[in-house]
Amino acid sequence: MLKVRLGGTLVNKAGGRTEFEVEGANIMQMLRNLGRTCPELEPMLKKGVSVAVDGQIYRDAMLQPVGPDSEIILLPRMAGG
Amino acid sequence: MSAVHVSTKINGDDVEFVCRPDESLLDVLRDRLGMTGSKEGCGTGDCGACSVELDGRLVCSCLVMGAEVGGHAIATIEGMAQGDKLHPLQQKFLEGAALQCGICTPGFLIAARSLLERNMDPTETEVRYWLAGNLCRCTGYDKIVRAVMDTAKDMRKAAAKSSAKKPAAKKAAAKKSPAKKTAKKGARHAA
Amino acid sequence: MPLDANTPDLRTEFKSVGTRPNRPDGVDKVTGRARFGADFSAPGQLVGLVLRSPHAHAKIKSIDTSAAEALPGVKAVITYKDIPEQAGCDKDVLVNIMARGTALYDGHAVAAVAATDAAVARKALKLIKVEYKVLKHVTDVDEAMKPGAPVIHPGRFEPVEFESLETASHVKGKEEKKTKTRAGSNIAGRYVFGHGDVDKGFKQADIIVEHEFKTEATHQGYIEPHACVASVSTDGMAELWVCTQGPFMVRDVCASLLGMDVSRLRVTPSEIGGGFGGKTTVFIEPVALALSRKAGKPVKVVMSRSEVFRCTGPTSSSSMWVRIGAKKDGTFVAADAVLKYQGGAFPGSPVEMGAMCAFACYDLRNVRIVGYDVVTNRPKQAAYRAPGAPMSAFAVEGVIGEIAEKLGMDAIDIRLKNAAKEGTVSSYGPTFGPVGLVETLEAAKAHKNYKVKLGKNQGRGVASGFWFNFAGNTCVSINLNVDGTLALALGTVDIGGSRASMCLIAAEELGISYDDVRAIIADTSSLGYNDISEGSRVTFSSGLATIKAVRDLKVRMCGRAAKIWGIPEDAVKWENGAAHPAGANAGGFDPLSIKEIAAQASATGGPLAGHYEVNAEGAGPSFATHVCDVEVDPETGAMKVLRYLVVQDAGKAIHPSYVEGQYQGGAVQGIGWVLNEEYFYGKDGTLQNAGFLDYRIPVCSDVPMIDTVIVEVPNPGHPYGVRGVGETSIVPPLACVANAVSSAIGVRARTLPMSPPKVLAALEGVNASKA
Repeated sequence: MLKVRLGGTLVNKAGGRTEFEVEGANIMQMLRNLGRTCPELEPMLKKGVSVAVDGQIYRDAMLQPVGPDSEIILLPRMAGG
Repeated sequence: MSAVHVSTKINGDDVEFVCRPDESLLDVLRDRLGMTGSKEGCGTGDCGACSVELDGRLVCSCLVMGAEVGGHAIATIEGMAQGDKLHPLQQKFLEGAALQCGICTPGFLIAARSLLERNMDPTETEVRYWLAGNLCRCTGYDKIVRAVMDTAKDMRKAAAKSSAKKPAAKKAAAKKSPAKKTAKKGARHAA
Repeated sequence: MPLDANTPDLRTEFKSVGTRPNRPDGVDKVTGRARFGADFSAPGQLVGLVLRSPHAHAKIKSIDTSAAEALPGVKAVITYKDIPEQAGCDKDVLVNIMARGTALYDGHAVAAVAATDAAVARKALKLIKVEYKVLKHVTDVDEAMKPGAPVIHPGRFEPVEFESLETASHVKGKEEKKTKTRAGSNIAGRYVFGHGDVDKGFKQADIIVEHEFKTEATHQGYIEPHACVASVSTDGMAELWVCTQGPFMVRDVCASLLGMDVSRLRVTPSEIGGGFGGKTTVFIEPVALALSRKAGKPVKVVMSRSEVFRCTGPTSSSSMWVRIGAKKDGTFVAADAVLKYQGGAFPGSPVEMGAMCAFACYDLRNVRIVGYDVVTNRPKQAAYRAPGAPMSAFAVEGVIGEIAEKLGMDAIDIRLKNAAKEGTVSSYGPTFGPVGLVETLEAAKAHKNYKVKLGKNQGRGVASGFWFNFAGNTCVSINLNVDGTLALALGTVDIGGSRASMCLIAAEELGISYDDVRAIIADTSSLGYNDISEGSRVTFSSGLATIKAVRDLKVRMCGRAAKIWGIPEDAVKWENGAAHPAGANAGGFDPLSIKEIAAQASATGGPLAGHYEVNAEGAGPSFATHVCDVEVDPETGAMKVLRYLVVQDAGKAIHPSYVEGQYQGGAVQGIGWVLNEEYFYGKDGTLQNAGFLDYRIPVCSDVPMIDTVIVEVPNPGHPYGVRGVGETSIVPPLACVANAVSSAIGVRARTLPMSPPKVLAALEGVNASKA
């Protein structure tokens, strides 16, 4: 099981809940299962999120592997200037 | 509005063009003559990206009318290098990384050359105030000021060398120092 | 030893990288030959101009273009009807590039014309009759959040329930006591970050400091106005020449808005005269394409300076509240913040990133940041160098400065005590890998600037800052020329000297001279998709892709040498610009230099090239510490920056001169932001200072030399340790200068810019309280 923490606006959509446990071997599976577990998150997840895995921010890396020991944090989509 | 026919000199060459009375010299240079080295950053004389010399005087070409330059002499960035030799300022800007995006660079070079022709030993404050009419958003001005001061130093050295030489050796010295040659040509050019 | 094209080891010894050669695009730029957005013209082109709303908020009742269309020389007039909404397009961008029924800000595009010359186009604009019904407008972020404020997008945003809007504080527990007010629906989003329990944390504090802050909108201030030449043919093929930070983004967004296949539009990026984030989106480009499509001719559109200020993408103005609690020894025990940012007439202000960056420099057990994204009748904001971060850092670093002062602690020591390090759980969630904040603090403390004795009315300020840095989609291709030199094609627009850095990297990997590599920025038809040049990503991403592309080429060159020698491929290695037999068993062949391999390429199988396409990951954050000395004139309130030091972690500086350039440029933009730059809106909601005279950015005489120190704590995600550096340098200056002014005359700025009249008024207040 993966431990996923939410940040930002996702917390609002999840009714204040910040931590979830879902199955998945990569980011794509993790997001899909998270959306199934908490359907209120679906629209935001579809719109796009950044995912921080063990401190590394991934803006768009669906096949990035994750495991039960990974620190996984969902953040808003980010861009610089 | 009927067009005006103008005969002028640009970078030492005779040039003729036709323009509307409401066109600026910058408009003429860029859109009529294809000389896009001078840039439009504001069109109101605030940024200096369009700097040229008019009869040796540093001006914003967006504030000069195309119709009023007949019979005058204009110096633009396109004429700053002499053949395949860059002006010492151009060379120093390159070596000193005094440009990032480069859009303000032509204006700064024209303005800096104008300063060094009048004062080959400016203080940092004098350089900063002379160049206060040229805006740069990328560099924070640091490397630009250093490049101008370093070029001034080189020019002073070259000038001291040539004035210290005895008449017989002067010919040999003139052959050895292309920087001096370029600077002299620059001065002639602006007049 | 077989050559592994995916060698992961961090390189620490360099021959080319770290040197300072002249940049390849330099001569063209110092001679005026380089071609920027407005420097290109197409044969037979028309001039395009845009008609813009003079009202901050108005219903567009009708647009009559008939008189304009009838004017001789006018070849096309368009309104939103000529850009029908396409399925899947970004609706906010579509409306921003041309109003659809309502003008949402002063300068909002309403129609456009293409004519044979500028004079005819200007006349045509005057002939377009627009009937407006002026509506109530709102431009201030706090005003826009109040119930009863004019609603910009009726029905789009759910009213957010929360307690008092008068104060910015949202402390748990207070909500139950106050009556809930239904806020106006200009609030596009509410975001919460943090961890721990701030209420518990504040109870442990020996000292608590809290204040409200306000900053005004600023513009990236690039000297080059937006410009493009669009050419659409009757078969639907189109070309676009444009100054942009993202040609692939421009291609895809324009194709989406105009209902074109992406393959039909070829975008060629010009040299760019500054962007800083302001050129990471589209404004006139879809309009130019729509005009060209209708007119059947190329159309050139160049923005005026006043259009740039009024109608492109300035950054957000903000209203903030920050509270920090600390123990007597300076340890922070809790931090709380509320950030309200307005992003113009559409959602998407960088408040989330501002919230995430606010406390990122510190190790905090208890931290909470609440952010609000608010819409107003202002132009749609665009990124500006570390979007969102300078404002929140201004507030946070100012409060920290005040805590240090009250505790009698050195400004750098208090930051060292709480500094984020490897293993720190960041205030926005993820745990940091190796980072260099401590190194920048220590280098700042050891610098000679920190020891200069200050005189009367002089003060010293310190501030630290952070930016995430991003990676992203990047494609690079490198081709071996017949003479052994190389053609390197990059897809990331060069906004900071990156071509020089890529050539250094290629030269390093091959063991050849920097002068043997020539880099170009390719058009969108010549390379795979590249993300925008933003997020401090270019040296990291294109650098990484260049390394991989060159290693790909090395494998092929070694393979070619192996064939020539008749030995197995894994018996050849690459060293110092040549293929060598790998070990004595491989055979006693003389090395084949890159020139020799190139000369034989055609005869031994064909041209040789390497390439790499990736959605890169592994970018590492860049921390910085700034130190500033100012002198204040107590009679006029004028502030002079005497000394400025930037210490920033670059991971690895590929071309140190251009790294220093980023440090210096960002610092001076920050100095302008804190001392002078702001958007002035009139009572009618129109922009009052849309020019460089009244929107005054720093000039040469405003600033001293900007001293720099490059710290290098390698980023393990990059083969050379590179971190991005472009954005962090604008984050600390706002608080750094404000802290210096406070130290000089005891006046703390809480609203920006801190212009002389404000400083004088505050000084009078200080003197009055002393009297």
